[in-house]
Amino acid sequence: MSNGQDTKTFFLDDDEIPFEEGQTIIQAALTAGKYIPHLCYHPEFKPHGSCKLCTVRIDSRTVATEDGQTVKIPGRAAASCTTPAQAGQHVESEVPELLDLRRTLVQMLLVEGNHYCPSCEKSGKCMLQGLAYDLGVMSPHFPQYFSKREVDATHPDILLDFNRCILCELCVRASAEVDKKGVFSLSGRGNTKHLICNSESGELGDTNLAATDKAANVCPVGVILHKRHGFEVPYGQRRFDTAPISDNAVQYAPVKEQV
Amino acid sequence: MMHQFELETAKNPEDLRRIVIEPVSRVEGHGKVTILLDDDNKVHQVRLHIVEFRGFEKFIEGRPFWEVPVLVQRLCGICPVSHHLAASKAMDMIVGGGVLTPTAEKIRRLMHYGQMLQSHALHFFHLSSPDLLFGFDSDVAKRNIVGVAAANPDVAKKGVLLRKFGQEVIRVTSGKRVHGTGSIPGGVNKALTPEERDYLLKDADQMVAWSRDAVRIIKQLHCQNPALYDTFGNVPATMMSLVAPDGTMDFYHGALRARDQSGEIMFDQVSYQGYNTLLTEGVKPWSYMKFPYITNLGDEKGWYKVGPLARVQNCDSIPTPLAEEERKEFIAHGDGKPMHGSLGFHWARMIEMLCAAETIKSLLLDPDVLGKDLMVSGPRAYEGIGVIEAPRGTLFHHYRVDDDDLVTYANLIVSTTNNNTAMNVAVRDVAKKYLNGNEVTEGLLNHIEVAIRCFDPCLSCATHAIGKMPLEVSLVDAKGTVIDCLTKDESGAMRKGMA
Repeated sequence: MSNGQDTKTFFLDDDEIPFEEGQTIIQAALTAGKYIPHLCYHPEFKPHGSCKLCTVRIDSRTVATEDGQTVKIPGRAAASCTTPAQAGQHVESEVPELLDLRRTLVQMLLVEGNHYCPSCEKSGKCMLQGLAYDLGVMSPHFPQYFSKREVDATHPDILLDFNRCILCELCVRASAEVDKKGVFSLSGRGNTKHLICNSESGELGDTNLAATDKAANVCPVGVILHKRHGFEVPYGQRRFDTAPISDNAVQYAPVKEQV
Repeated sequence: MMHQFELETAKNPEDLRRIVIEPVSRVEGHGKVTILLDDDNKVHQVRLHIVEFRGFEKFIEGRPFWEVPVLVQRLCGICPVSHHLAASKAMDMIVGGGVLTPTAEKIRRLMHYGQMLQSHALHFFHLSSPDLLFGFDSDVAKRNIVGVAAANPDVAKKGVLLRKFGQEVIRVTSGKRVHGTGSIPGGVNKALTPEERDYLLKDADQMVAWSRDAVRIIKQLHCQNPALYDTFGNVPATMMSLVAPDGTMDFYHGALRARDQSGEIMFDQVSYQGYNTLLTEGVKPWSYMKFPYITNLGDEKGWYKVGPLARVQNCDSIPTPLAEEERKEFIAHGDGKPMHGSLGFHWARMIEMLCAAETIKSLLLDPDVLGKDLMVSGPRAYEGIGVIEAPRGTLFHHYRVDDDDLVTYANLIVSTTNNNTAMNVAVRDVAKKYLNGNEVTEGLLNHIEVAIRCFDPCLSCATHAIGKMPLEVSLVDAKGTVIDCLTKDESGAMRKGMA
């Protein structure tokens, strides 16, 4: 679809969203100031499509049956961070079915790890917590896994608390794509999948990670923490105290020049 | 085996009738009292059991040290600030921040005195005033805060608003009324803005006045019925607390002083850094709560009490004028001798609440609370001990931290734990005087609870040792018959099989 000035657009729920060729749905939406929930997407890294929080439905149709009823045929479900925007698409995001699915995904993440927000330094700045609040997650719903996970405190400046890892691979991509170090990776399959460090001992202290690396500063939850710093930002001034994640995430939207 | 006190263990428990008060009501946490009586209702055994288990000492191990002040406060919802600050004081040592900036110390003090105010108000008005205003064996349906609100709306209103003010002081200094994050190793994360200072200051005079009214209420009750108030739940015991270097009352920092039951100073200005040689934590097979005692006096004579009654009688003076006036009157009431009747806790507690209200006002008028210099640091250490006078008494936090910044050891002696033996002695005294030979009624049993409430115990705070407590695990078949048993005694030795 064209708006008459050769700018291509698609529809996100009820809004007409302009996009540049090559932009994904989420890139275009965020650039236009429209939020689609996400965890593993980051504007500076290659799309990953693993968390599925940004799942949208594309081109659902409503058809009339012989007896005069209308039936909705759900469109294709797709991760909006990996799906290119196309002119004229009708994309559904803020609809009850998808919000329910996102809520369930967040609940599953919350019970799979050991997310004890009350004593977590990332509370108030954590994307998982922020999403849970934004989506109205009122309880874990599922039984807690109580996974037994260790803390890696071998690095002089950085602590890894694996209890809170959501396997988003932001640190993996940051280290590989930006820092060019490859400090982190995921290992294992299914529910044994876990974050590992690229060193012979497997310990972070034996890697070449620096506290200033992108990978050390990109964790959306409370896994990668800077040692000896905690709770320095008072309540009321933390990232999501001032605005919900849905407003915050838009700040990180890619500007046109970056695309 | 620790010393057995009078009425602690009956010789022939199997022949006795058992009465259980469970849960003990209007206290924080879960506890129960068991009383063994013979056919003539003569009391043979009375025990206050702490039946819940928390285990914070264990699961703090392996956590990063900067997380501890925020994590450990979760062991209590009433006095979390005490744990927040005691842990912070210990962690100050770890980061080499033993001497805080004036702003940081005053903000912490403000937070702490706010907590003292709210906790004491909660205990006196919500938990204990029903007993004191209506009588220990009054109608149980009205013996609660709702009954107080109906009969004495002005008293109830002041209680609620005093507590609210204390919580607002905590909120402004730590971000939340309960479980904030204001104090961090080496300082605080915020000072007050002028607007926050003015918001609190506008009510400060009213809080001082209402606190003074509360002292008058309890003082009047004492004077009207000294026969009851001076002797009920009598616990003649050593009294221990922190005092400032000049011997004045200080809830935030100081050194340890103890007076014996006659009021003579036993030790003074003893650094709390040596607490673990000064004190020994005993265990008994029937409670999850430890029984600390002064090591060189032994477990029979070395037990002590902490909290308001100890603090008010331990200090040489209170640094705020109105509370000091009241302290002098309190001391005069004892006619030169320390007051050991447990109801004296309430009077002392209200004097402390007045001190807290006055201190909050003076801190709010201090320009340092608006300062910008919030943090200090220095040489890294590997061991930290922080002690504070919590609302319920002296609170010890002790941590060791390794090279990787993780906690390897945690030991807490919580205020209520210090009072464990004293509370048991108090309930035995009451049981002996009131229950012995009488038909047991709800009102009589409430006398036992009244004695416990005097100490304002926080039972949930007090049960953390893991691997140290005697335990018994029984395997019971479908008919209720015990078929196997695993027992761990006080020394940690395991024994399998039926006794």
